[in-house]
Amino acid sequence: MAKAILFDAFRCTGCRGCQVACKQWNDLPAEATHNTGSYQNPPRVSADTWLVMQFREVENGDGVAWAFGRHACMHCLHPACVSACPVGALYKTDEGPVLYHDDRCIGCRYCMLACPFEIPTFQWDKGLFEGPEIKKCTFCIDRLSAGMEPACVQTCPSGALMFGERDELIDVAEARIREHPERYVDHVYGKDEAGGTSVLYISPVPFEELGLPQLGSAPIQEDAEDIMTKATPAVLVGMLVGLGGIYWLVKRRQEMMGKNGGSGREGDREASS
Amino acid sequence: MIGRVTLRRPPISPAVVVLGGLIVLGLVVALIRYASGLGAISNLNDNTGWGLWISFDLLCGVALASGAFITASIVYLFGGERYRPLLRPAILTGFLGYLMVILALLVDLGRPERIWYLLIFWNHHSVMFEVGWCVMLYTFVLALEFSPLVFERFGLEAPRRLIHALIIPLAIAGATLSTLHQSSLGSLYVILPDQLDKIWHTPLLPLMFWLTAVAVGPAMVILESTISSRVFRRGLELDLLGGLARVIPFVLAAYIAVKIGDLAGSGELSLLTEWNLESGLWWLEIMGFVFLPMVLFSLPAVRQSSAWLMFSAFLVVSEVILSRFAVGLIAIGRPEFAASYVPHPLEFAVTIGIVSAGVAAFGLVARYLPLFVEHAPSPAAE
Repeated sequence: MAKAILFDAFRCTGCRGCQVACKQWNDLPAEATHNTGSYQNPPRVSADTWLVMQFREVENGDGVAWAFGRHACMHCLHPACVSACPVGALYKTDEGPVLYHDDRCIGCRYCMLACPFEIPTFQWDKGLFEGPEIKKCTFCIDRLSAGMEPACVQTCPSGALMFGERDELIDVAEARIREHPERYVDHVYGKDEAGGTSVLYISPVPFEELGLPQLGSAPIQEDAEDIMTKATPAVLVGMLVGLGGIYWLVKRRQEMMGKNGGSGREGDREASS
Repeated sequence: MIGRVTLRRPPISPAVVVLGGLIVLGLVVALIRYASGLGAISNLNDNTGWGLWISFDLLCGVALASGAFITASIVYLFGGERYRPLLRPAILTGFLGYLMVILALLVDLGRPERIWYLLIFWNHHSVMFEVGWCVMLYTFVLALEFSPLVFERFGLEAPRRLIHALIIPLAIAGATLSTLHQSSLGSLYVILPDQLDKIWHTPLLPLMFWLTAVAVGPAMVILESTISSRVFRRGLELDLLGGLARVIPFVLAAYIAVKIGDLAGSGELSLLTEWNLESGLWWLEIMGFVFLPMVLFSLPAVRQSSAWLMFSAFLVVSEVILSRFAVGLIAIGRPEFAASYVPHPLEFAVTIGIVSAGVAAFGLVARYLPLFVEHAPSPAAE
């Protein structure tokens, strides 16, 4: 059934072991970066970095504390990227991962625009012959198919990451909040957001502080898909019938005026009529 | 035959040299992009995956090419036979406009050699799928609508008659395809409810994009006719342009109603009283580029003056450019760690190169094909 990852920001120590394990397992090269005034490095996910731990300074009652956020693909249950891709290069699997056919992608980058979590990234340095691709977390699909956990989960030393069935992880998350209401915001992020995600968060600080967008429970592509599947066919048929009808009416009127001794060409009609 | 044609006027002038230089520059930049990737010539990045080319070349380019389907609908479907002298230049402007859009996409797409994959891999949920299909099909329709100029020039009677027989279905198909993709360019941004500013995001974006495309069609015909009448020293069909302009205030009024009704409907009118970039752009658009031209085009004095017509048409064109950039680039929220995107000079070089190619192609067609009906040169080919 549908697999998921639970990230417990209270248990996270910000060691970035997950970030390194992700690079190692997926053979991703290092990035040249520069100091941005934060431990967070690189500043965001890229074609060579599919998981970035975010280091955020949050004011609590008696000073400033670290809050650690996880920036990587959420493997949405109803992914906007999959809905947006014109050629079906991105697809959702029943097991959870959102995956990518590199041999279909045309490089339009609409997935990057559509994703509310700013996850898909592009290989900006590859020319025509190297064939740039969209890159993002694969949920370690190669490990999953071999019965293993994702690399980030396996490496996490503090138990901040947990892999399992999505339903069971939601129960675990809710149980932790119930047991320690003083530790957590009373909400499991990703249970309902944007129709639900396969990466779930619980956190001691509001989720915006971890860099997560505030989303409703409807998939964000709902209106766009309604436009495509309901409005578009109606407009298509309406325009064909309407324009054909107008042409026929105008022509008939011209012919009748021709019979009545008119010129047969209604030259003086205004465009606006 | 070619020799006889070129003798008519020497083709080398300063304008030709400048256009040629800009085209070559754009071409060189495109070659660098194909060799070394988009990052080599653009400031596009993972925060801003769509930049100048999508906002200008695609969104503005397609909207500004709408004069073709508007004029064709008026002449062929709505009984506006007297507007026929405006038709050929409008079709040509539209046809070249779409070819320019495709050229820009061939630079912007990561895998331009796969653009035809749209034909074989379908995801009918994707707005981009609709845009791709309609742009492809409509460019084909425009090529057919344009083809009689070539057939006439070379005295090919049979294909010319075939197109003539098909012209009504072609006009209906053209207006339908145009409506679909002019609107779906707006639908592209409906999927950004949390990233696009609330003033600018609405499920009615497709309707707004379509209305403004309809309004700018006649405006572009006015601009194109007035400019070409000066460049090619031919007569100006002022009465026809004035007649065409009468439709614009109605469309702009509908657009204002939709814009205000949409914000009122979602209870977001109060956002317009908070001063920021997004609300400022909204007011500038509505007051300067919609309300003002709406009033101007309703005045008979404006419609009888080529200078005023041109100024008012320029306002409507500005409206399209402002609204497309607002939705496509400016009002989209970026993550806090994102450096703001400013187009790289070489991105402008590509855009300018493509526009120059379009202008040059218009000039070539005007010189060698029977573009302006009243000045149709005697067929030199015979």
